Amino acid sequence: MNELVVTSSKAGRESASSLDAVSFSNVEYSWPGPSPFKLTIAGFKLRRGEKLLLLGPSGSGKSTFLSLLAGIVAPDRGRIDITGTDMAELSGAARDRFRVDHFGIIFQMFNLLPYASLIDNVLLPLRFSSVRRANALREGALDEVARRLLSALGLDETVIASSRAASLSVGQQQRVAAARALIGAPQIIVADEPTSALDRNTEGAFLKLLFTQSEKADASVIMVSHDEGLATHFDRVVRLDDIATSQRGGRS
Amino acid sequence: MMIVRLAFQSLLNRWVTALLTVLAIAMSVMLLLGVEKVRTGARESFADTISGTDLIVGARSGSLNLLLYSVFRIGNATNNVTWKSYQDIAKMPEVSWIVPLSLGDSHHGFRVLGTNADYFTHYKFRHGQMMQFAAGGRFKDLFDAVIGSDVAEQLGYKVGDKIIVAHGVGSISFIEHEDKPFRVSGILAKTGTPIDRTVHVSLEAIEAIHIDWQNGAPVPGQSVSADEVRKMDLTPRAITAALVGLNSRLATFKVQRRINDYQEEPLSAIMPGVALQELWGLIGTAETALSVVSAMVVATALLGMVTMILTTLNERRREMAILRSVGATPMTVLGLLAAEGGLLTLAGVILGTVGLYAGLYFAQPYIDHAYGLSLPIDPPRPDEWLKLGAIVVAGFLAGLLPALRAYRLSLADGMMVRI
Repeated sequence: MNELVVTSSKAGRESASSLDAVSFSNVEYSWPGPSPFKLTIAGFKLRRGEKLLLLGPSGSGKSTFLSLLAGIVAPDRGRIDITGTDMAELSGAARDRFRVDHFGIIFQMFNLLPYASLIDNVLLPLRFSSVRRANALREGALDEVARRLLSALGLDETVIASSRAASLSVGQQQRVAAARALIGAPQIIVADEPTSALDRNTEGAFLKLLFTQSEKADASVIMVSHDEGLATHFDRVVRLDDIATSQRGGRS
Repeated sequence: MMIVRLAFQSLLNRWVTALLTVLAIAMSVMLLLGVEKVRTGARESFADTISGTDLIVGARSGSLNLLLYSVFRIGNATNNVTWKSYQDIAKMPEVSWIVPLSLGDSHHGFRVLGTNADYFTHYKFRHGQMMQFAAGGRFKDLFDAVIGSDVAEQLGYKVGDKIIVAHGVGSISFIEHEDKPFRVSGILAKTGTPIDRTVHVSLEAIEAIHIDWQNGAPVPGQSVSADEVRKMDLTPRAITAALVGLNSRLATFKVQRRINDYQEEPLSAIMPGVALQELWGLIGTAETALSVVSAMVVATALLGMVTMILTTLNERRREMAILRSVGATPMTVLGLLAAEGGLLTLAGVILGTVGLYAGLYFAQPYIDHAYGLSLPIDPPRPDEWLKLGAIVVAGFLAGLLPALRAYRLSLADGMMVRI
C-alpha cells in the first residue's frame, strides 16, 4: 500500500507548485428554466490533502456547488481551478474526462450499478480514465487492487465474492462506492452526504476507513452535509452560506 | 467494447422485459422471412404447375385465357379445336408428342378432363416430376376415371366407386350424364397443381357421353345406352386444347408461328412458361401486399422495443448519473442506449432466423403434403441478408430515440439525481 502514495504523487499532477486542490474565484452560475436559481461564490479554496466539511441545509445550493466543482456545469462567470487547471476553459467532453481523472465521487445512496459485480463497480472509473488506470496498474493486477481496496475499507472476502451489488446493505454499498472513488488515486474525493443513510457508529467507522485510504493516496476530501455532528472528523468546516450567496426567484 | 458489455449487463438485469422484446422482434423477423419463403415457394410451385410442355394449343384467344382454362381449369374456352387441326399439328415433323385436352363437363364442381393415356406420361410438374398414383391406375375401360387427390379427399371416393358426370361446369348442375356412370380406376397422389382438382377420363368417354346430345342437350327419344356406345366410332370431332412437346426446344418459335398462322382455323399456341410469368405478374400484387404487412409487423416490434427502453429510462437515471460521475460523457450514455437497441434487435433477428429455419425444417413435409407448396430450406439469399441487416440498423436507429432522451436527461441531471 505504501507504493500507492509514492507512485500516485508522481502521476497526473498538473501543477505541483500549487498547494490548492480546488480554487473558486468570483464564480457565478444560474440554472436556466422556469424557476431560476443563481449562486455566487466569491472565493473558496480546498488545500491538498485537506479534509473539509461543507455544511449547508438542503436547498442552499449544495447540488449546484457540487455540479460546478465536478464540472457537470460550467460557470457563467469566474474561475474554477482544479489542481491548477481552469475548468471553465474545458469543453464538455474534456470536463467529463477531467472529472474522472481528478475526482472520486460518492453519492448519498444508490452508488452502484446493480447488475455489475462489486469488482466491476470499483473498476468502473478506470474504464474512462487512462491516468487512474495506469496508477492502479502500478499496484498490481486491477482485480487484485480492487479487492485489496475493498478489504481495506472493511469488506470481507465472502462479501466481495458475492458478486451482486444489489444484495449488499447500505453501509456495504457505501464502502464499495468509496473504493470506487479511491481507486487509481484521484486527487479529490467528493462525497455528497455519503453517511446520511448510516447510523452514528457505522458512520464514524466509514469515515475513519475512508480517511485512512485518502491519506494514503494524498487526496483531498470534500464532503457536503447538513449534519454538524460530523465536524469532529474533519480538518476544517465551511458553511456554504459563508462562501456563497444564492438567489431564488420566480420568472423575472 | 466496454459500452457493449455494460449495455449487455444492463439488459441481463432486466432480462424478462428484454426477453419479451427479443421474442417480439424474433417473431416479426420469422414472419418477414417466412412470407419471403412462402412467396418464393409459391412462385416456384406456380411456375412449375406445368413443365416439360413446350406449347399449349387452343382456339384463338389471349394467352392468359388459354392458360387459365387449359392448365388451371378456370374459365372456358372461346371455341374448340377440330380433330383435323389436332392431327395436322401432330403430324408436324418437329412435334414429339401431343396430348389432347377436352373440357366442359364437371363432377360436383370439379372439372372433368378428357384426355388420353399419354397425359399421364407427358404432363409434368415441379421440376419435371411425373404424376404418381396413390391408389389404382390409369383408365383401362371406356368408363374409367382417374381422380385427383383433392377430389378423392373432399368427396370421399375410393377406387371402384361409381361417379356421375354432370354436363357444364357449375357446381350444381341439373343435367347429368346419369345413364353412363364412371368407375374410379385410380387416385393420383397430391401434386399441388390443378390436377388435384380434376377428374380425368378418356377422350372417347367424353365423346361417348355426348353421342346422343346435340347443342348441349340430350336429344329426346334418341338415347344410346352405355353398352351400345362401346360399338360406335368414338373419334372426337373436336377437342378444347392440346399440350405439345417438341423434339427440340429451338423449334418452339417456329412451330408456334406456324400454328398461329394455321389457315384452316384460327388457333393460338402459347409457351406455358411465358404465360405463367404473365399471370404471376398479375397476382404478384398480393405478394407485395403480404411483404408490406410483414414489414409493418417488424416496424411494430421495433416500436415496442423503443417503448420498452423509454419506460425503463426513468428508473435508469441513477445508472446514468453513476456513469457520468465516473467520466462517461453524455455521448457515452447515448451510445449505451443505442447499443442496447442494437443488441436487442440483433438478438431478435438471430433468434427469428434460427426459429424460422427450425420451423421450416419440421413443418416443410406437412406443408408440402397439405398445400402442395414446397418451401425451400436454403440459406437466406443476398436480398434477405440485406433485409436482416436493415432491421438491425433500424433497431439501432430506433434505439437512438430513447438514447437521445437519455442524453438530454443526462445533460440536465448531471450526476445529481435524487430518487
